[in-house]
Amino acid sequence: MTRRHIEAKINGDNCDFLCESNETLLSVIRNQLQLTGTKEGCSTGDCGACSVMLDGRLVCSCLTLAVEVEGKNIDTIEGMSNGEDLHILQRKFLEHAALQCGICTPGFLIAARALLEKNPNPTETEVRYWLAGNLCRCTGYHKIVEAVLDAAEEMRG
Amino acid sequence: MKRVKKMQYESPKSIDDAISLISNSPGNVRLLAGGTDLLVQMQSQVADPDLVIDIKNIKEMKEFKKEDGVYTVGAAVTGMEIIEHEEFGSDWPGVVDGVKLIGSIQIKGRASMGGNLCNASPAADSIPAMIASGASAVIAGPNGRREVLVEDFIKGPGKTSLKSNEILLSVKFPIKKPNSSGAYLRFTPRTEMDIAVVGVGINVTMSDSGICEEAKVSIGAVAEKALVVEDAATALVGNKITDEIIENFISKVRASARPINDKRGTVDFRIQVIGVIAKRALKMALERIR
Ligand SMILES: Cc1cc2nc3c(=O)[nH]c(=O)nc-3n(C[C@@H](O)[C@@H](O)[C@H](O)COP(=O)(O)OP(=O)(O)OC[C@H]3O[C@@H](n4cnc5c(N)ncnc54)[C@H](O)[C@@H]3O)c2cc1C
Ligand code: FES
Ligand code: FES
Repeated sequence: MTRRHIEAKINGDNCDFLCESNETLLSVIRNQLQLTGTKEGCSTGDCGACSVMLDGRLVCSCLTLAVEVEGKNIDTIEGMSNGEDLHILQRKFLEHAALQCGICTPGFLIAARALLEKNPNPTETEVRYWLAGNLCRCTGYHKIVEAVLDAAEEMRG
Repeated sequence: MKRVKKMQYESPKSIDDAISLISNSPGNVRLLAGGTDLLVQMQSQVADPDLVIDIKNIKEMKEFKKEDGVYTVGAAVTGMEIIEHEEFGSDWPGVVDGVKLIGSIQIKGRASMGGNLCNASPAADSIPAMIASGASAVIAGPNGRREVLVEDFIKGPGKTSLKSNEILLSVKFPIKKPNSSGAYLRFTPRTEMDIAVVGVGINVTMSDSGICEEAKVSIGAVAEKALVVEDAATALVGNKITDEIIENFISKVRASARPINDKRGTVDFRIQVIGVIAKRALKMALERIR
């Protein structure tokens, strides 16, 4: 069988790719589209390093088949900043030192942005529950939660 | 995912097309809803399908509607869609309790209640709540449709009453009774992202004078499948919910649990804790009626 031809939008741009039917969206994003900001941690939905937005929903790209995204919109970490202009969340992660090795960071940023779009004024508990699907082995989470709360405050103005 | 043979992927637009695909395809065929069980199984080579049939492009599978008081939740409706449906949440809060516990936000962005049901894990969080609500599974096959209660749909770990050429179409809820409500609670070592050690779903209907008129109780993770505990419901019906009645209710729940020992809990622990969780779920359901 030949590979499948898929057309989708990635970070607002039309794109197309060829993939095997059993290939994950994560593998296509990283290996074919060369968007390596999205990370692979576990491949089993536990760590959230592979988080992307699929038609406006936060999902694990490791548990999505690439063939499923025909005609859909995908947003990855590469679309988060406006050129050199960092998103407030990105800036707050730096200010609060909310990252060490950085493997979990793109996933946390994508997940945190999804939270703040839905709930601009979350409590600390709401932040912690929303981010429960993102694991970090370095920071101990506290600085991440602080960065998200601080970003929320600044975004509310 | 590394494999030698080629997997095929189809995304039919109608139930009939999906049924003819499963009926006419040799080899190992798997349906795909949100993929949060299926892809994990494929990643670990537990599943190695020749054909994956994605049901998400079938309109009926994504339908979520209320008609004459009856909710029909399409088998591929995601957890997040269910959680965001406020009216459904106020009618069936216990079901939403269960759905909310299915993994992270990322997981619920894809995971369906239908998939949770078809995967038939003894610890699945939405199942005891669906059972307590009196929900039924609507099934489509080559000879038309049939409906079975959720408790009869589940046969054992990973086993359902679906025949190889049948598909779960939706989950249907009965008309909600006035003065009724429900709750689902589970015990896990972590509050999020963990598998139930015990789970209890309950629905109760009260009279204006505070007498329990109807009750349905289902327990999860303490047997090969979620069980209906009729004795526990009987302990409540016809009575005011006093401490004594609650003690009797708890003892009936404990008596029907038949858990196994595993790394997440011993038999004794599970039997002890399911009584505690059942009491809390009952109180939560009663609180919600007020
Ligand atoms: C990290 C993680 C955490 C989780 N935590 C929990 C938890 O706390 N509690 C819990 O209950 N679950 C949990 N789960 C499992 C839960 O996500 C799944 O059971 C989910 O609900 C299945 O739905 P799905 O749409 O993803 O199904 P899929 O994976 O697409 O399908 C599940 C199974 O059902 C079959 N199937 C799907 N749709 C149909 C249909 N319409 N007719 C017939 N067969 C069908 C599939 O072939 C497959 O065998 C977790 C999963 C992950 C990855
Ligand atoms: S790589 Fe997808 S959740 Fe870990
Ligand atoms: S910074 Fe290293 S895993 Fe989070």
